Amino acid sequence: MLTMPVPDSAVLAKRDAIAAALRAIVPGEGVIAQPIEMRAFETDGLTAYRQMPLVVVLPETTAQVSEVLKYAHANGIKVVPRGAGTSLSGGALPLADGILLGLSKFNRVLEIDYANRCAVVQPGVTNLAITKAVEHKGFYYAPDPSSQIACTIGGNVAENSGGVHCLKYGLTANNVLGIEMVLIGGEIIRLGGKHLDSEGYDLLGIMTGSEGLLGVVTEVTVRILQKPETARAVLVGFPTSEDAGTCVADIISAGIIPGGMEMMDRPAIHAAEEFVHADYPLDVEALLIVELDGPQVEVDHLIERVSAIAKANRSSTLRISTSEAERMLFWAGRKAAFPAVGRISPDYICMDGTIPRKRLPEVLRGMTELSAKHRLRVANVFHAGDGNLHPLILFDANDPDELDRAEKFGADILRLCVKVGGVLTGEHGVGIEKRDLMPEMFSEDDLAQQMRVKCAFDDQGLLNPGKVFPTLHRCAELGRMHVRGGQLPFADIPRF
Amino acid sequence: MADVVKPASLAELAECVRSADTPFEIIGSGTKRGLGRPVQAARTLDMSGFSDVIIYEPEELILETGAGTRLADIEVLIAAKGQQLAFEPPDYSRVLGSAHSGSIGGLIACNLSGPRRIKAGAARDHILGIHGVTGMGDMFKAGARVVKNVTGYDMPKLLTGSYGTLAALSAIILKVLPRPETEETIVLEGLDDTQAIAHMSIAMQSSCEVSGAAHIPGEGTYLRLEGIAPSVAYRRDQLARTLGQPVQVLAARSSMAKWQAIRDASMFAGDLTRPLWRLSVTPSDAPRLIALLRSQMDLRHCLDWAGGLVWIEVPPSADAGAAAIRTALPSGHAMLFRAPDSVRAAVDVFQPQAPALAALSSRVKASFDPKGLFNPGRMSRVS
Repeated sequence: MLTMPVPDSAVLAKRDAIAAALRAIVPGEGVIAQPIEMRAFETDGLTAYRQMPLVVVLPETTAQVSEVLKYAHANGIKVVPRGAGTSLSGGALPLADGILLGLSKFNRVLEIDYANRCAVVQPGVTNLAITKAVEHKGFYYAPDPSSQIACTIGGNVAENSGGVHCLKYGLTANNVLGIEMVLIGGEIIRLGGKHLDSEGYDLLGIMTGSEGLLGVVTEVTVRILQKPETARAVLVGFPTSEDAGTCVADIISAGIIPGGMEMMDRPAIHAAEEFVHADYPLDVEALLIVELDGPQVEVDHLIERVSAIAKANRSSTLRISTSEAERMLFWAGRKAAFPAVGRISPDYICMDGTIPRKRLPEVLRGMTELSAKHRLRVANVFHAGDGNLHPLILFDANDPDELDRAEKFGADILRLCVKVGGVLTGEHGVGIEKRDLMPEMFSEDDLAQQMRVKCAFDDQGLLNPGKVFPTLHRCAELGRMHVRGGQLPFADIPRF
Repeated sequence: MADVVKPASLAELAECVRSADTPFEIIGSGTKRGLGRPVQAARTLDMSGFSDVIIYEPEELILETGAGTRLADIEVLIAAKGQQLAFEPPDYSRVLGSAHSGSIGGLIACNLSGPRRIKAGAARDHILGIHGVTGMGDMFKAGARVVKNVTGYDMPKLLTGSYGTLAALSAIILKVLPRPETEETIVLEGLDDTQAIAHMSIAMQSSCEVSGAAHIPGEGTYLRLEGIAPSVAYRRDQLARTLGQPVQVLAARSSMAKWQAIRDASMFAGDLTRPLWRLSVTPSDAPRLIALLRSQMDLRHCLDWAGGLVWIEVPPSADAGAAAIRTALPSGHAMLFRAPDSVRAAVDVFQPQAPALAALSSRVKASFDPKGLFNPGRMSRVS
């Protein structure tokens, strides 16, 4: 298990006074201090980790957020921001000595501006609610993480969330035009707006995906797009994952960027088929769903080209959707892959590495070996177009040894991803889950520079500490820190 | 003559910065020295030694190259594999009076994007990773050679558009994408700014995937469609119907020439002594802004990015029209893109920021370059 920083007993002792101070800022039911009522906030999408917060505050206005942060800053109290709590990396895991700052009351769509193709929303609006608010005019918000019914746009900004369509339409960072945010000192700033690009440093770029460590987002302006005229999908089975992998490479080399391109391995295919009966072929090693979207004439043309490429790569089965119902059926299994795996195992953890696609067969072979080594099963779903792998490790959390083995298995998978030139996380974030693996990918100088940027935003390290970075440093010392030969200075600073 | 240092390796670059006690002006090939405020530095850090393509994998959609590599060389390399930089890097050499389109490092340092910005995103949306040296002389990297990555802060975006004031970049990893097979452009004639913005907005709200929307007053309003031939033909007809008025169509060759001219702001290449502004605004704000400014000065303008990018050329004056333009600006930001050194030293070239934001930007600068070694004064008087 990963450990969190040791709580500050002086802060714990002041809990009642802190709750009272927060009540002076956020009246009524906006401050929650009863353990039974705080229970709902003790974990997020990484449910193996639980921690009761010091106190929960649910402000309703940007001014209140500003006052809460100003108070925390003046009193040296940690703050953990939270949207819907769907993070799969533990980004919203509370701290025993930290205020949990929930943005759930920021739930209004403020403005829809079709003429300028954007929507201004509060951070607690769910991803799907943005699309719902504009779909009667044929528009949608492009990034579509699978938790889109629950996850909020504020959390999407914090995690730079992706989805199955991000190869063609981009991640959150490519679809956010502006934000209003509050710094830990209470200063309210605006980055971007309805216009494009920044007048100075791209602070919107660094905020997006900063996992709640740099500031609290209180308003978001997103780009909205007109929906493609139509979409069709091809479902292709392959006798080996190598064939599926070269098929994906050939599609992209042919100049085709599909709206979605998803791969599943044999265990994932079987679990999904047993669950939703999508009529998936069961005698294949890899299944590919390629979705083309756009005008009918373009989609029909590209479907033919993709089918020809698939056949040239030894596809053993190939079906083209002929109706919207059939297209949805192709997707049904893939979209239900996580709950499907949930049916065949008491628990699973979902990993999130990205690899250069051409290394896929090697990584899958490596994973099979690791599966034997750790004595746990693994099923793979894969955003094949952009190389983002989601291995699902099956285990039983009631057995502490299995949880331990599952975490070690996951860490080994991510090390393998980095070893072949990939990264620890493609879209779920580092959080606590991959925190201690950061040195696999980054040198100490790389991390020191990221932490210096953190200090430029948060001089006392009060925002979401214990996430992303494997070691804590005091900002004043980081400014002078030069790590040489792997020797970490300041051995007195607690590491966890 | 300034002292020139030209490191040949990342280690040499780091050593040279670590031992430095006076500031540098960082240059790739020097074509964009006219952008931003003039740098006051006794020494020049010449990055043109970092000019090798390190890795190009078309099927993985990635290119890693030395920051000093010429943009033109990269474009030839990837065009041979049917690929492009989708943000459509502009070549401002004719507008700035420089020799060529410059290095990839310079392009990234200035976050310059062409007409396809509205569909494909900016340079900052296509940078995947960087290698470089901080102002403390520490070698560091961020990002990676994969197209989807959220590991750690998105430093490549922060460094894009930082005008060399944060770090000296030695290598850059970019996302490359397929070139469209063909293109056509719909031309509407006789529209004023307000009508042009309205029509561009209608086009952008359609499902026709317009990849360029520009308006040149007195000449025409241009809407570009790219993709495979049957799709372009279909969308051209559909868009013409949606617009509900007579249109002309430019076939591929003349469409490409037209968009290259728009991309490079060529209509402002005639008289380099006239100050030129580049404004990023909410598109629907553009007509009122231009009308207001026109009542105050003799200007020439054009619109790109469906009206979100406004180019304004003004008569020479002590502040190049800065006070009037910044007062009139209803949204977004205004950059003094071209003016004599003396003017760019005297006025805010970049849009001034609110105090809390300016203070944060200064802290970010100090987090990379506490001694102020890199491009002092380029972005503001303090950084």
